[in-house]
Amino acid sequence: MSADQASVRGPSRRRVRDLLTNPWAKPRFLWVLGIAYVVWTLVPVMTAALFSFNSTRSISIWSGFSLRWYITDPNESVLHDPDLRHAVLQSLKLATGAVIVSVPIGLGFALALDKWRSRASGTANFLMMFSFITPELILAVSLFLLFLNPFKFIGLGTPSQLLGLGLLAIPYAVIIVRSRLLSLGVDLEEAAMDLGASPLQATRRVTLPLLSPAIFASAGIIFAFTLDDFVMVQQLARTGSDQTVAMAIYGAARTAPSPAVNAIGTLMLIASTLVISLAYLVYRRSIRRHGAGFRARRDALPV
Amino acid sequence: MSSSDVAARQRPIAAAPKADTGYPRWFWPSFATPGMLYLLILFVLPFYVILSVAFGKLDPIFQTPVLVWNPLNWDTGILSFTVSNITHTDGIYHAAFIRTFVYVALSMLLCLLIGYPFAYFLSRHAGRTKGLFLALFFAPFWFSYMLRMLAWIGLLQDQGYINRALQDVGLIGAPYPFLSGKSWVLVLGLVYGYVPYMVLPLYAGLDRIPNAHLEAARDLGASPARTFFRVTLPQTWQAILAGLIIAGLPMFGDYFTQQLLANTVGTKMIGNFIIDSLDVPIFVNRGASLILVLMALLVVPIVYYLWSTGRAARERAA
Repeated sequence: MSADQASVRGPSRRRVRDLLTNPWAKPRFLWVLGIAYVVWTLVPVMTAALFSFNSTRSISIWSGFSLRWYITDPNESVLHDPDLRHAVLQSLKLATGAVIVSVPIGLGFALALDKWRSRASGTANFLMMFSFITPELILAVSLFLLFLNPFKFIGLGTPSQLLGLGLLAIPYAVIIVRSRLLSLGVDLEEAAMDLGASPLQATRRVTLPLLSPAIFASAGIIFAFTLDDFVMVQQLARTGSDQTVAMAIYGAARTAPSPAVNAIGTLMLIASTLVISLAYLVYRRSIRRHGAGFRARRDALPV
Repeated sequence: MSSSDVAARQRPIAAAPKADTGYPRWFWPSFATPGMLYLLILFVLPFYVILSVAFGKLDPIFQTPVLVWNPLNWDTGILSFTVSNITHTDGIYHAAFIRTFVYVALSMLLCLLIGYPFAYFLSRHAGRTKGLFLALFFAPFWFSYMLRMLAWIGLLQDQGYINRALQDVGLIGAPYPFLSGKSWVLVLGLVYGYVPYMVLPLYAGLDRIPNAHLEAARDLGASPARTFFRVTLPQTWQAILAGLIIAGLPMFGDYFTQQLLANTVGTKMIGNFIIDSLDVPIFVNRGASLILVLMALLVVPIVYYLWSTGRAARERAA
């Protein structure tokens, strides 16, 4: 409430008291805090993006605008540094692969959990949520040991990175699809079966189209977060060619930061923002088509 | 909003879809098979691998870890070595364990103190700009964690904006060495990294409280403060728990924030010891046993959280 008190000029005790006790007063303190929070979380990232356009090698002293670190520098720009270029490709490859692996598996898992009520499905759900909440470091190290020992035939490298990201991503798909399933209910499916559809037909022709917004949303979210994953991908990398953007940023930040790293990070930021916005637009459009009653429930969040 | 909408919103998931109508028995379970196999092979089995490394042996010639699959042949020597090095005040892991718990506890507390008012603002007072604030709030979720930390490295360097601003104001004469292993910089880095994960469940919990409850409290003469403490806060305990778990657990496995913002021996956390041990073959067993200890400590909050969210979901459904 200090902001309220400070904003009172010629403080009469009564006005202060009114301000503090009036339930309809605008909570200036909360507005200040809300704006401060957003500034605090976003402005540092904006400065990092800004310095990707710096004309010198510094990431803290601004010397003028240039595209040197994106295009023009013949050796160290994102366009010309083979390591950075490869890191972008590796990140995109892994994120795409993670979506392809995890969305169908998560979709099936969510459908099964929603319809199949038994002790076994409760255990399956518990196991999935347990993997979701376990610190990523523990998952990554256990997979590291798995691929080094019993699964030596797979070994470390891109395939194991992909499998590891799938483990992280499946719960996201399950949670998003399940929240949509909860809000859909069973009426339409039952109607389809009353009209003669087999279970498989009902699922394919009725449930799946209604789930498409949730499928798009989970694909977008999974793409955006596997694009930036660090711990799993780092532990399961074998050679330099497994390096992703997050690893490149980490490596440079520890040794010799250069604006080229800011540039590659900014590019990824733009990529994930685009994907998320696209997924959101598709989601909104297909939700609208089915009316407000089909809104996904935040009640399904694991809270 | 029609009255049926209101009813639907307040009593969600009315009848949980009762299974099986017209479906063969095997139909739905078969959908879960790929996911179950995935979890068994890439989550449960790796856990067993950790056990068989932690309780395994060292190859006498190559000094590499040898897995022991049979629990009857497990050797607890390495685990007891690790545990005694945690519990004894002069043990090699003792300081790191204490440090990790202090850092994480402080960071969780700060996340809550920052996140709760912000989530409250977001759910109750953002008004017409709520959509904008929500979009801005969600942005860091798809920013790379590494880029967010890199941003702070740029700001906190000797020639960075923060040092220059402090010098311009005259608070300090020479640049302050923020990045030279300061515990508080690391804690603030953790808070910065994980605070969105705290806000998310808090926002979901606060937004779920029906307005009618607050209006009733006001109508019955409760002051705003009393309304908050007697009506709002008690309804968000579950969300606070969720926030502490979702933001806090990953911090226990954090090693990169330390490496980027405070790369000194005196600020090493458990995660750093685990990661470091993987680089040296003779220490891999120790790393696995550290993971076992960490998991043993975390399994209680994890299971409690899963149990209590399951209960809360059932209560909402009832």
